Amino acid sequence: MPAALIRIENLRFRWADDADFCLDIPLLEVHAGERVFLHGPSGSGKSTLLGLLGGVLVPERGRLHLLGSELTQLRPAARDRFRADHVGFLFQLFNLIPYLSVVDNVLLSCRFSARRLARATAAGNSPAAEAHRLLTQLDLDASLHGRQVTRLSVGQQQRVAAARALIGQPEIVIADEPTSALDTERQVAFLELLRDECDRSGSTLLFVSHDRRLAAGFDRQLSLATGGGVSAGGSA
Amino acid sequence: MRWLLILAARSAWNRRLTLGMTLVAVALSVTLLLGVERVRDEARNSFALSVSGTDLVVGARTSAVQLMLYAVFRLGEASNNIRWQSYQAIAADPAVAWAIPLSLGDSHHGLPVLGTTGAYFEHFRYGDGQPLSFAAGAPFSGLFETVLGAEVADRLGYRLGDRIVISHGMGDTGLAEHDDKPFTVVGILARTGTPVDRTLHVSLEAIEAIHLDWAGGAPLPGLSIPAEYVRKFDLQPKEITAALIGLKSRAAVFRLQRKINNHPGEPLLAVLPGVALDQLWQMVGFAERTLLAVSAMVVAVGLAGLVAVILASLGERRRELAILRSVGARPGELFFLLSAEALFVTLLGALLGVALLALLTTLLAPLVQAHFGLSLSAQWVTSDELQLLAAVVAAGLLASLVPGYSAYRLSLADGLTPRL
Repeated sequence: MPAALIRIENLRFRWADDADFCLDIPLLEVHAGERVFLHGPSGSGKSTLLGLLGGVLVPERGRLHLLGSELTQLRPAARDRFRADHVGFLFQLFNLIPYLSVVDNVLLSCRFSARRLARATAAGNSPAAEAHRLLTQLDLDASLHGRQVTRLSVGQQQRVAAARALIGQPEIVIADEPTSALDTERQVAFLELLRDECDRSGSTLLFVSHDRRLAAGFDRQLSLATGGGVSAGGSA
Repeated sequence: MRWLLILAARSAWNRRLTLGMTLVAVALSVTLLLGVERVRDEARNSFALSVSGTDLVVGARTSAVQLMLYAVFRLGEASNNIRWQSYQAIAADPAVAWAIPLSLGDSHHGLPVLGTTGAYFEHFRYGDGQPLSFAAGAPFSGLFETVLGAEVADRLGYRLGDRIVISHGMGDTGLAEHDDKPFTVVGILARTGTPVDRTLHVSLEAIEAIHLDWAGGAPLPGLSIPAEYVRKFDLQPKEITAALIGLKSRAAVFRLQRKINNHPGEPLLAVLPGVALDQLWQMVGFAERTLLAVSAMVVAVGLAGLVAVILASLGERRRELAILRSVGARPGELFFLLSAEALFVTLLGALLGVALLALLTTLLAPLVQAHFGLSLSAQWVTSDELQLLAAVVAAGLLASLVPGYSAYRLSLADGLTPRL
């Protein structure tokens, strides 16, 4: 078995202003190329876990291993750099910066990471060409690429956000309820597009949702308990 | 770094209406601050340039500042005159090189009429010692002849040969007119940028002549002496308002000043123009500083408004900051992003303020010149103003740290998922 891409060990996190809550993860492993569904009802510490994986939060104790780097050992600036280079984030809603164009929103990932800029340039002829390619791949018609993001539908906005998470081929893509604002039909279509694109760019996908119905099509299912623990949810 | 600046500019453009209003506020406050400084500067300048080469100003005993104000700047009125004999005694002192008698009190359309002698055109100096020069005509030689300052001729549209009537007393309206003895314009002086421009000059004898049939500020009823007969009277003045004295050697100035101040015939006052000006600045210095402080306060209010507007926008922008954070922006970069916005508006406001001041001084210079005799120069910035601008920008920099720090704190607290 190859070394895990993400390995969390004996991790514990507590918010300073909330003594009741405690995220406690004895072990969590995600391997390269896996598509993992992480089920987490609200209050289970999803956001907290995302913050930890993004290097924005630091655990009280435990190990947080990503791509062979121990995040807990890195300085804050290095963690930010690590996130920029290796992790693509995709959120629930309002993923876009309203005053930037569709393409500039996608390219935002390349602005803070020379590595992803170089990869995007290598993949397309230019970062902008790669952005257009990804957007088209994600089923966003070329006529919409020049439009103001505020004039796109929610589904279209989420596809722009997905392109931003994917550009420059980050090793890890973390999606936090990106489909919650879509109707069922579009949810399925969006998930398929997202998984296909992760396959194509070789990114590992960690998909976080409270909705178990979306778990179909993922390699593995994990659950965050309401108290903040994690358990294997069995293969889907 | 460059990208962050572009991002800051685009974000600012996205909120151009609210930021535009604060920009206007900052620009106006900068205009006010620099404007106050400019007027103050020009006022001092024009006062300092109004008289040069005069060693002593002599008048009736009053305060040094008041004597300067009415004798040199034609502001306010003399409380007392000095006797002609006293003037003659001073002028005859062996230390005195030249003396210019000044007789004030009448006016023409609100502008002062000055009775003097040919010595005025010969010895009076202004600026860095420039003599008066004629734009047209020559000094008066006849009795009812007048020489106009440049501003008088300009504003009232007088040319050589025009006939004008002098009013009794100072003011604009409701004055008795010396209309039985009109004056002919024989000379127009070149512009000096001093009170001379606003003055009508006539001979001392003419002042005497137009008051022959007057008593107590009104024409004597039943008595009218036609202009052709006045020469039959003794037109030697009995009193004058003040005198400017030039010495052969400056070394004698304090000795002569003491002598005049102890004049046995009547209480006189002799002042050194430079010393009197210093006293004047000391008097108005407090008002100047107050004015400057008030305008500095206005700048502070403008900057506080700017900070408030940016802080208010921060609430709506938490999501935006979280997105930037998720693609790898460091909290420090968000600090920079928000600070850059405030600093950018301050810089733009300062520039706009300077441009506005340049525009205003260009537009208003003729008005200010006409009403206050101040020549506002429409230059961009002086080094003093540059210092004020630097202070404004420094204050803006300091103020910009507030939204920057708020964004920094917010991004650390929110992480990737702002709790809205």
